[in-house]
Amino acid sequence: MNPVGNATDSKPRLVLTGITKRYPSVVANDDISLSVRPGEIHAVLGENGAGKSTLMKIIYGITKPDAGTILWNGQYETITTPSQARRLGIGMVFQHFSLFETLTVWENIALALDERVSSAKLAAQITEVSEKYGLPIDPYRLVHSMSVGERQRVEIVRCLLQEPKLLIMDEPTSVLTPQAVLVLFETLRRLASEGCSILYISHKLDEIRALCDSATVLRGGRVSGTAIPKNETNESLARLMIGGELAVCSLMPRQPEEVRLELDHLSLPTADPFGTTLKEISLTVRSGEILGIAGVSGNGQKELMAALSGERLSTGPMIKLLGQPVGDLNPAKRRELGLTFVPEERLGRGAVPPMSLAYNALLTGSRKGMVQNGMIYPTVMRSFAKKVIERFKVKCGDEQSAASSLSGGNLQKYIVGRETMLEPKMMIVGQPTWGVDVGAAQLIRQALIDLRDQGVALLVISEELDELFIISDRLMVLAEGRLSPSVRPAETSIGQIGTWMSGKFNEPAGRGAAGADPLQEVA
Amino acid sequence: MNPIVPMIASTVVAATPLIYAALGETIVEKAGVLNLGIEGMMLIGAVAGFAATLATGSDTVGFMAAAGAGVALSLAFGFLTLNLQTNQVATGLALTLFGIGLSAFVGHNLAGTPLPPLPPIFIPGLSSIPIVGDLLFRYDIMVYLSLVLFAAVEWFLIKSHAGLTLRAIGESPSVAHAIGKSVLTTRYLAVMFGGACAGIAGAYLSLVQTPMWVEGMSAGKGWIALALVVFGTWKPARVVLGAYLFGGVTQFQLFAQGFGLPIPTEFLSMLPYAATVVVLVIICRDPKTILLNQPASLGISFHAAA
Amino acid sequence: MMFVLERRANPSFRMAIASPILAALGMMVTGFFLFSALGKDPVEVFYLFFVKPLSSTYDIGELLLKTTPLLLCGLGLAMGFRANIWNIGAEGQLTMGAIAGGGVALWFGDSDSMWAMPLMLLAGVLGGMIWAAIPAYLRTRFNTNEILVTLMLVYIAQLALSWLVHGPWRDPEGQNYPQSRGFGDAETMSVLIDGTRVTWGIVYALGLALVAWVVSQKTIAGFRMQVAGMAPAAAAYAGFSEKRNIWIALLVCGATAGLAGICEVAGPIGRLQQQISPGYGFAAIIVAWIGRLHPIGVIFGALLMSLLYLGGEAAQMGMSLPSAITGLFQGLLLFYLLAADLFITFRLKRVRPAERIDPKPVVTLKSAA
Repeated sequence: MNPVGNATDSKPRLVLTGITKRYPSVVANDDISLSVRPGEIHAVLGENGAGKSTLMKIIYGITKPDAGTILWNGQYETITTPSQARRLGIGMVFQHFSLFETLTVWENIALALDERVSSAKLAAQITEVSEKYGLPIDPYRLVHSMSVGERQRVEIVRCLLQEPKLLIMDEPTSVLTPQAVLVLFETLRRLASEGCSILYISHKLDEIRALCDSATVLRGGRVSGTAIPKNETNESLARLMIGGELAVCSLMPRQPEEVRLELDHLSLPTADPFGTTLKEISLTVRSGEILGIAGVSGNGQKELMAALSGERLSTGPMIKLLGQPVGDLNPAKRRELGLTFVPEERLGRGAVPPMSLAYNALLTGSRKGMVQNGMIYPTVMRSFAKKVIERFKVKCGDEQSAASSLSGGNLQKYIVGRETMLEPKMMIVGQPTWGVDVGAAQLIRQALIDLRDQGVALLVISEELDELFIISDRLMVLAEGRLSPSVRPAETSIGQIGTWMSGKFNEPAGRGAAGADPLQEVA
Repeated sequence: MNPIVPMIASTVVAATPLIYAALGETIVEKAGVLNLGIEGMMLIGAVAGFAATLATGSDTVGFMAAAGAGVALSLAFGFLTLNLQTNQVATGLALTLFGIGLSAFVGHNLAGTPLPPLPPIFIPGLSSIPIVGDLLFRYDIMVYLSLVLFAAVEWFLIKSHAGLTLRAIGESPSVAHAIGKSVLTTRYLAVMFGGACAGIAGAYLSLVQTPMWVEGMSAGKGWIALALVVFGTWKPARVVLGAYLFGGVTQFQLFAQGFGLPIPTEFLSMLPYAATVVVLVIICRDPKTILLNQPASLGISFHAAA
Repeated sequence: MMFVLERRANPSFRMAIASPILAALGMMVTGFFLFSALGKDPVEVFYLFFVKPLSSTYDIGELLLKTTPLLLCGLGLAMGFRANIWNIGAEGQLTMGAIAGGGVALWFGDSDSMWAMPLMLLAGVLGGMIWAAIPAYLRTRFNTNEILVTLMLVYIAQLALSWLVHGPWRDPEGQNYPQSRGFGDAETMSVLIDGTRVTWGIVYALGLALVAWVVSQKTIAGFRMQVAGMAPAAAAYAGFSEKRNIWIALLVCGATAGLAGICEVAGPIGRLQQQISPGYGFAAIIVAWIGRLHPIGVIFGALLMSLLYLGGEAAQMGMSLPSAITGLFQGLLLFYLLAADLFITFRLKRVRPAERIDPKPVVTLKSAA
């Protein structure tokens, strides 16, 4: 298998020149050029907000560029719709899947085909392609009953049925266990060896070095450089990606103190028919420690957050906060006991989009003197918001700016800041750095560690394993609504956690039991 | 004669406008659009159909005019909610208020003029079978067409590719857009279909049931049709069944009066409205029933970022 | 050249104020063409609609008289709409308020008790609240959509009133007209300004607008309802009880609509009869919207809508136009308003087709940042 070798002497399949896309508040793509040859796996690397997704949507005909040209197999093309892109031979696997949950696999695939095929014939084709590439799926299953990994297979098979010449993969590994990542890489290499070009979008440096032949690095909407990933180190790629050194945070050893949160065999049927039922979840979080909950989203993360925050009530003493059963208390009452939380969904849950930052402080901060006898005290509210903005370096107009006008990273800093400054005894954080730029992610992680050092108990739910290994005192894995045993990061490996992420908790957690980091093995 | 037969026959006639309006709205809602303006479109259809038939003497022209008027009004709704992304609830209310006002304005000089009713279709042989003939084969053409419409809607939603696309858009317009479906076109067509059906439903009132034009003659039937869609959990067969049940409830009133039950007419007239409330409570009691069946994007505007 | 809609970074406050004015202008322009097409002199119609109702003390009194129920219902509805609670049955709550308050008035008969009026008002408020409590209970307990329930209850309330004035409460000396006896002096609201029919109701309504302003803008209760309307998930996250919001929104609107009902029957009407409102409860939906769901704005919305009612009556008498013209204009106004509101959150942007740039050779550079 030598995709680079046979790629160099052929004509480029896709050449982008001067692609520019402006939005009201930001230039998402500024004069971007790149070129991909047949059989080449080309990485588009960049941190959140660098403009990768916009660029891919332009190639796939979803977004219209303001300027620039697309040369496809030597011919100029103006791609205006996804079906045109598909006719040209471009397929795309989306980061947030483009599947309809209430439909079956074959219906989903039929919708994206441009010609009409009978269901039986299509099902046969699906089975054939899925077996050929090692992506087993049942054409008659309903999508909502499938795991995220299986859904990704549906997306890939849907593209493969149309025999694409170029496959765009947008952050495909965030939904996969480390072991499943290896399987995906095998599929992609096989496709490349058959001559299919692959645009691989990611911000994960290890993956890119393990898989890709070449890379275009984006920063702030511009091309900051190109590279052959195999010849680079994580550090040199990171410099191109963020324009500086990757800062590191570290956890000083600390003796945890009294138990702040205790879950005792928490079982909770899902309220959402497409949700996950929580089964027998037991854990404790102590003062001065961070408990990290790893796992692929959709395995009960949302449901666990809701049960802990009080947005979903439970009965009996299954949830204890500071020793007191709180299952039947609503979020406001749990806050009075010293609980704060940062939801994974920032706009619309953590913050009210059209309201000012000041009023968004009032959303959860009313007991900080902002409300007396039912009346709002605007000066107290504004000065609280100002303090959050200042202490957490939130980039915004001022405290009167609407929450919706902030970038993802800055809004997340504001929400984390607000919940921090409410002086919690226990804090729950969901996906602290989802879609957040590296600088903000760093600041947020450090803020969580500082809280821990002050004796706050923290529970952090995250998909980013690297992040959890840095900031957690202990790690647990949530898979299919069940929780694994807890383990110290130093006493386990990414490979072990990956095994647990697929629901196999029986295998021991010790180092070396299931090998080291799977990516390190192939890189 | 057996009193049950005319009771059932009048139930069928009472249910027919509800079937048209509710099946139309089912398609609209399956595409993810909530059009609360049925009442307004029905009234416009009623007055347009009545005026057209009065002018031409042709019921066919009347029903076509009614459908056209319903479509015209639904296009206004479509432009506001689909192009301009206005709040669907508020726009639907505006459509109803506008329809009530416009129909009364247009129909000002028509009120009180009677029209001959649409003749029932007699099928030689079949119609003269005792009981069965009276029960099944003595209705006007629109009753039979309502069943054809039901079959067509059922087939469209379950079997056709376009129906699959419509359902997909109703579930997630953003995903549909991402794979290259035109959300705007599909939703426009759905809204127009709903408008045509509501217009026909209205014309059935003014051309067949009454048959004359009376201001505000739909008397909440448009809203009952909306409730029927929920009652039918967005499934055409259940929607039609619900329409017959409601037709029966409205006719019960007539029969109670006919049998001289000592109940004030006002209380009997309340029955369909009270029944709507009771039925909604029964269906909505379990939130999962709604979550599982309601199109996920219902009532939410979709704006495709260019 | 093409135009596309583009989301504004911050909602435009100026546009929020300008939009009702644009809508009113749009309505007038449409009216101009409509009347011209009907062969009526538009100038005369405009005089009847917008000048005549303001030309004498009596006329201004009529304006305020019609403003009262519109303002009362509009205030209550605006509160619910802000919290995404779609009570569209203010007409039914108004009717129930009239029935309850009117029932008390009939019970007092011709007595000149000083308790009659306060008890009538109280009964009116409670009648509206009880009628609004039904959808509140069904929504919080059974998850039942309040839009349809409140509307169905309008029909039921109207039929109940119809039954009362045809049956038990019919005036025995009323030549079989479906109406009750006329209320006594102590059971009729006193006139506020001599030479007009306007009653103390308008004072209550304006006072309540002030209270509503304080509650919605200055209290945590108002804030909670606003959050629930703008971002329901954020309200759940903050722990604001959805059920409490629903109860508050519906009961408050029931109370104000019920008050409007009793103010009508104890004021200009003076008895219970089959029809007590020309759709004030429905027109109040538009009033709330034109008023930007803001209590002070609702005052202006109610005045404008009252003008439309008076204009419709005048056009009916003076130009033999159907009174339904009022309903037509109401619908048009709301349409135009909704369309204009779009520009609060979006702006029009001109776009040109993508420029084509000559392809340049792609330079593979290994740049170190």
